This record gives sequence, structure tokens and C-alpha cells, in this order.
Amino acid sequence: MSTPVLSLANLIFRWPGQAEACLDIADFQVAADEQVFIHGESGSGKSSLLNLIAGVLTPQQGSIAALGQPLSALSAAARDRFRVDHIGLIFQQFNLIPYLSVLDNVLLPCRFSERRSQRAGDARQAAATLLQHLDLDAALWQRPATQLSVGQQQRVAAARALIGRPEIIIADEPTSALDAARQTAFLDLLRRECAAANAALLFVSHDLRLAEGFGRRVEMGDINRRAGT
Amino acid sequence: MTHLLPLALKSAWNRRYTLGLTLIAIALSVTLLLGIERVRQDARDSFAQAVSGTDLVVGARSSPLQLLLYAVFRIGEASNNLGWDSAQALATHPAVAWTIPLSLGDSHRGFPVLGTTSAYFEHFRYGDKQPLKLAQGQPFVGLFDVVIGAEVAQRLGYGLGEKITLAHGMSEHSVEHGDKPFNVVGILARTGTPVDRTLHIGLEALEAIHLDWQGGAPIPGFAIPPELVTKFNLTPKSVTAVLVGLNTRAGVFAMQRYVANYRDEPLMAVLPGVALSQLWEMMAIAERALIAISALVVVVSFAGLVAVVLAGLGERRRELAILRANGARPRDLFTLLALEGGAVTLAGALAGVLLLTLLTFALGPWLEAHYGLLLKLALPSLEELRLLGLVIVVGTLASLLPGYRAYRLSLADGLTPRV
Repeated sequence: MSTPVLSLANLIFRWPGQAEACLDIADFQVAADEQVFIHGESGSGKSSLLNLIAGVLTPQQGSIAALGQPLSALSAAARDRFRVDHIGLIFQQFNLIPYLSVLDNVLLPCRFSERRSQRAGDARQAAATLLQHLDLDAALWQRPATQLSVGQQQRVAAARALIGRPEIIIADEPTSALDAARQTAFLDLLRRECAAANAALLFVSHDLRLAEGFGRRVEMGDINRRAGT
Repeated sequence: MTHLLPLALKSAWNRRYTLGLTLIAIALSVTLLLGIERVRQDARDSFAQAVSGTDLVVGARSSPLQLLLYAVFRIGEASNNLGWDSAQALATHPAVAWTIPLSLGDSHRGFPVLGTTSAYFEHFRYGDKQPLKLAQGQPFVGLFDVVIGAEVAQRLGYGLGEKITLAHGMSEHSVEHGDKPFNVVGILARTGTPVDRTLHIGLEALEAIHLDWQGGAPIPGFAIPPELVTKFNLTPKSVTAVLVGLNTRAGVFAMQRYVANYRDEPLMAVLPGVALSQLWEMMAIAERALIAISALVVVVSFAGLVAVVLAGLGERRRELAILRANGARPRDLFTLLALEGGAVTLAGALAGVLLLTLLTFALGPWLEAHYGLLLKLALPSLEELRLLGLVIVVGTLASLLPGYRAYRLSLADGLTPRV
């Protein structure tokens, strides 16, 4: 196995103005192509972890390296750039810019990242392929994002996370707004596309029923020594 | 920045109704600001255009400005008259090249009637020393002939041969000199000065229509029919003012002293340029106040813009987080919001210029007819461009505020806004 796409060591993070650390992670690694299900209740430090990995927050101690690059060595602006170059993000809901069309939403990372744009090749073509793979009818592409159902919006968000083949996809409860049947369908699509793009997938959820099919399952409580405090 | 512009425009378009209202407020305030500046400039121009080549305006001793405003611009209160003897003495003074006696007081349907002599058509100059030209007809010859200004002819629809009666005093409801109708014999070409709004008759005619009047009213039971007035002495007893042209301009101060020391009655001689600059000094305070108020209106409209964009930011924290997650740096978000405000400012300023042009086009003739103010339909002047530039700079600076707020929010929220 090659270098891990993600490697956290001796990490301690505390929100500014708070005495207690909310994250204390001795060691956590994700290999390339790995699909990891991270389980944690709310308050377990999930969103702090995601913001740290995305380089929006910086830890008080310890290191985070993505693709071998220590994030602490980068300036804030460089971290912003690194994030869009290498990480695709999907959130719980309201992932889309309301005033942009479906297609423009998918193309958003290519607007900010030269690398994603280049790796996508013909960006519009790449977006079209992804949207097709995610079962979004071409008739919807020019519509404003807000006219889509929640399920459709989440699939558009997935296409946006995947465009330009970033090495890491982070999904934060992306199915919580969907009903049970659609949850499974969305997960299947997401895992299939991540595998096709050779991207590592970090899937964060409080819902253990979704863990089925993931190669690896991690409890927040197991990696975070401060969980629940 | 180029990749942010389409985003900023789409974002602005998404909130086009609130931003549109703000844009209208900015456009109106810009129209007001530039409009006041334009009226100010054009008012000065049209005043400066009204009289040219006249070295001195002589009248009874009073306020120089009042004399000039009444005699030349037909504005304000009537000044005292000077005696005809004095006018004659001026005309025969060796330093004087020509004089034009002016006698005001009557009107025709709101337009002032000026009693004068044929010297008026010969010597009066306006603008850049341009002489008066007749568009139709000829100067008055007969006693009851009248020559009308271009605006009078156009607004009242008068042509040559029209019979008109004059009213005593300046009010539209004054008693008419109904028994002595006048015959329109000439129509002057347009000058863009008060001449356009004036009806010109001979001094003798003015005397004739007042023969059977006393104390501003017809003498009851006493009427002199028009065919008999020539039996009377129609030499005027007094006039309102005399425009004086000198043989050489160098003699102007000596002449002014001569008039000031005139023994038979208290007189004064006014240099039109000096009186005008007195007028500008007085006006400058009001002008500055107007400009300051309209500048405040502009500031208020920008406060509105900032408030609208800032209020929108609360709902847009999610949007900012999405942009952030997809590679926008906090300073990109700053630029995005600043661009949005800047775009509204720019569009508002341009809309303001457009609106002003439309208003000038639509209201210009009305302003000229009612206030004698000639608004030029022209490209923005240098001063207007300077104001416009200032507006755009202030608007752009104001837009930095929501930009900064977006910057702070995106740093605080990261990828997970607490909405």
C-alpha cells in the first residue's frame, strides 16, 4: 500500500476560548482508494474533524498530512487552494448555490481550481458524464438548483465533489435528508463513483445502518480520546 | 477576479428585486446630484448669456443687483424709475456711443412687456456679442406695433398681424388696456435669453396706453380712443433703466462716477459683470447647501445599499460556506461581495445619468418657458464627471463593508455555518 492519503498524528484541537480540547487523536490514517465509514453521535467532534482535514481549522498540536503534504506547512490561502485541488466535499443538505444552474454548480470547483479543471479535461463533458452516471436527466441540467428535489440536489453535490477527480471525498451526513430507500441508492452511487475515480471516501454519519458495504468502519469514540466529554 | 465576476453578477441577478430597488434609489440620488449641478451651471450660463456689449446699466439709486435682475432678467421687484431728462442727458454725453431706454411694468398673459426705442434692435447684444435678429417681420414703426420674442410667439401661437391687448402690471389677472389693441409686426429669432419671453413696444405706445390711467387704474368716465392719442404729448416722463454703450470701455469708471454724482436725481450705474458676480456670491451659499443636501441623499442611498447587502448576508452564510468548500478563499468572498455592491453602484450611477438626460429632454422646454432656464442636452461636463466619479468611488468603498463582513463570516463559519 502506498502513502496514506490522509494521516493524523497526536492531534489536539480546542475551539478558541474553550479550556477543554474537543479532539484528541493519537493516530488516524486513510489509504488511497479506501472507503471509510466514520460513526459518531453529534458532539463527538465530527464537524471539527472535517474542518481540520479540509484545512479550514488548524490544530493546536499535532499534524495533519493530506497526500503527504503537511497542512500546517501551508498558509491559509494555500490550504484553501489545496482543499479545492484535492478534496471534494458533500454536506448534509443545501449543498448547492441557489442562483446557479445544476451544471454551473457542478463546475464550481473548476472555476476555483486550475488542477481540477485540467484533470476534468473538457469540464462540461466531464460534468455531463458524472451527472448521467448519477441518474440526473439532461433536462434538469440548466435548471436552477433550487428546482430539484432534495435527493436530486444531493446527487448534484456528489457530481460536484467528484469532478476533476480529487483524491479525497468527504461526505458529512449526506443522506440524512433522504428517505431510507433513497439513502441506499445514493450510497451505492457514491461508492461506485468514488471507486471509479480512485478517490478515498470518508463517510461520516450517526446512522450505523448505512455502514454496510464500507470496507472499514471507525467509531469516533475509538479515535478521539476526548469524545463525549 | 475575472472568474468571480460572472458569479457576482449571477448572485446579484438572483436578488434583483431588493438590489433593483436599491439601484433605483442610487439612480435617483445621482440624478438629483447631477441635476443640481447642471441647473447651477446652466443657470450661470444663461445669466451670463443674457447681456453682452452693454457697459453700464443705469437706473435710480437702489441695489445694483435688484436693478440688473429687474431690467435685464425681468426677475424680482420693480425698481424706481429715472427721469426722462436724465436718460436724455446720458444719451447726449460725449463718452456715450448709444443708449437703450427700458421701461417695464405691463405684461401680456404673464409675459413682460418692454417699452423701448428702435435703438434696442440696433444696439442690444446677447451671448457672444450677437445682435438680435428678426425671424419674421420688422421692428415696430407704428404707435401700436409690437415685436414679440420667440418663446412668446411659440407658446401663445402668435403670428404676424395678430391683434393683442396688454395688461397693466405683471399679474395675469390685471386690468387690460383693452381699448388699445396692438398689432404683431415682428417676431424675434430665438436667443435663449429673457428676450424670448418679452414683448417689445415703443416708449410712446407705453405712454399712450396709460394716458387715461391714473394711480394704476383707468380714470372712471374718461377714455381716450386710440385714434386720438397722437394729439397728446407722448414723450415718456420716466423709464426703468437705461443700457449704456460707451465709445471706449476704458471710460467706464469715469462714466460710473459721472452717473453717481448726477445732480438732478440720485442715480447709479452698474457694471453687469460686477453685479452678476455679486449674484454668484450670494447664490454660492445656496448652491453649496443644495449640493451638500444632494450629497447626503447619495450617502443615504449607499447606506441603503450596504444595509440590503448586509441583511442578505445572514441568509447567505450557507452559500458562502459552499463557495468556501469549493475553493473560494475568504478574500474571494470579500471580492465577490464588494463586486456585487460595486456593480449595483455602477449601474445606479449610469441609470442616474440616463434619467437626467431623459428629464432634461422632457422637462427642458417647460423649464425654459417658466423659469427662462435653458438646460443644455449635452454630454456630462467635467464637473459632473468629477461628481460621478466621486459617487462611484464612495459606492465602491461602501461595498467593501459587506465584503469585509463576508470575509469575517467565512473565517468564523468555515465549512459548517451555524445558521
